[in-house]
Amino acid sequence: MAEHVSAANDDQPLLVADSLGKTYGRLTACRDVSFALYPGEVLAVVGESGSGKSTLLQLLSAQLAPSAGRVSYRMRDGVLRDLAALGEAERRFLFRTDWGFVHQDPAQGLRMAVSAGANVGERLMAVGWNHYGRIRDTASSWLERVEIDTDRIDDAPRTYSGGMRQRLQIARNLVTEPRLVFMDEPTGGLDVSVQARLLDLMRNLVSELGLAAIVVTHDLAVARLLSHRVMVMKGGRVIETGLTDQVLDDPREPYTQLLVSSILPA
Amino acid sequence: MTAMIDISNAEKTFTMHLQGGVELPVVRGVSFHVAPGECVVLSGPSGAGKSSILKMIFGNYRCDGGRIGIRHRGVVIDLATAEPRQVLSVRRSTIGYVSQFLRAVPRVATIDVVAEPLIANGSARAEARDRAGALLRRLNIPERLWALPPSTFSGGEQQRVNIARGFISDLPILLLDEPTASLDAANRAVVVELVEEKKRQGVAMVAIVHDDEIRHLIADRIVDVTSFAAAA
Repeated sequence: MAEHVSAANDDQPLLVADSLGKTYGRLTACRDVSFALYPGEVLAVVGESGSGKSTLLQLLSAQLAPSAGRVSYRMRDGVLRDLAALGEAERRFLFRTDWGFVHQDPAQGLRMAVSAGANVGERLMAVGWNHYGRIRDTASSWLERVEIDTDRIDDAPRTYSGGMRQRLQIARNLVTEPRLVFMDEPTGGLDVSVQARLLDLMRNLVSELGLAAIVVTHDLAVARLLSHRVMVMKGGRVIETGLTDQVLDDPREPYTQLLVSSILPA
Repeated sequence: MTAMIDISNAEKTFTMHLQGGVELPVVRGVSFHVAPGECVVLSGPSGAGKSSILKMIFGNYRCDGGRIGIRHRGVVIDLATAEPRQVLSVRRSTIGYVSQFLRAVPRVATIDVVAEPLIANGSARAEARDRAGALLRRLNIPERLWALPPSTFSGGEQQRVNIARGFISDLPILLLDEPTASLDAANRAVVVELVEEKKRQGVAMVAIVHDDEIRHLIADRIVDVTSFAAAA
């Protein structure tokens, strides 16, 4: 190859996983995972239950300490820092503003007994907003963005349907304009009809806001709709990785071929 | 003139692990080039590997050997070895692909399905929707359907939505997989016109067309894919 230059490679990765592993005694949950995630890029981690994908998500989001390797994150000052070396205040800053975490069960990511407006506003107050009117206006515009009727702003999410709760959880996460969102089976507990709407919404928000995201899912359709790249996990290892449509349309590894061929045609 | 696409000795084999590791050679020694403003039509019987070659040029199928040189923002990128991020960048600003079937997100309105590639490339939403509307009108999709998702449309309507989505961008390379397969004569003629316009704009195209009449109308050169047949 005489000529090869890429114009797209000049920006810097947002998050870098380097030989990441986690063992519980003799049990290996996840081993030797390395990749770089760039700003605006959506990575799907697919695999069946027990493949290590949820453990990986917890390692990447600093909720679990790795047994081996490390995760580095580019802070807003542009410096790539080892997550394990961050102070408590810096870590809290990441969780409150720069990161979002969308749980499969909205009850884990929301406060079920306080109003929807307060659920969204709370994240803003955590980053120093203190003007009630502005907080309420912003919360209200976010409810609209996730297609929740603003008449419901004072109702607690326990009165919401499953799909509404999940959309509220997304609003709560995105209101601080994070740069990276972790999602754990975001459509997992929802009806198929509700899933499509949520996927469409997430897809638009991610591209409008230029978010980077790491989405753990066992649903290949979710990976296809949301992600640019995919990592296939099995037995705690990444067995195949590449562009999402490449891996799904031209899978190489036996296990990936099995996963892809196991989808029931709609 | 510098080629937009320059393929040499590209090859592809599927290994079917679920069928005991059977090797399915698809193509071998694929070599041709496409200049700006030129439309190359791939010919050969079904199963000869025409669609596979198109998918390799788009980076959808991985290449097992050889080189797929794509002129991307003034430099040549080898898609056979490019990183996923490079392939995405090439798709965003260099290669468009009109697939045989529309794969649209449920619930998204037809006009937005068509406008999306422009918006993704930074156009204002209103302007993108205007251009999408103009293209849909040319392809005889009535305005009352624009706000509906295309999933309920007929096969021919879906294909025209797909064509509109593929032709709306100003990308320098366009890959067309059977763009006229389920269209009536009037709409086939529109597609021929659209291809002519792209040629005048200097777009390099690779197409698969079974209809002889259309092929004669759009092809500047025909590449016979049977010569790339991989002996099993």
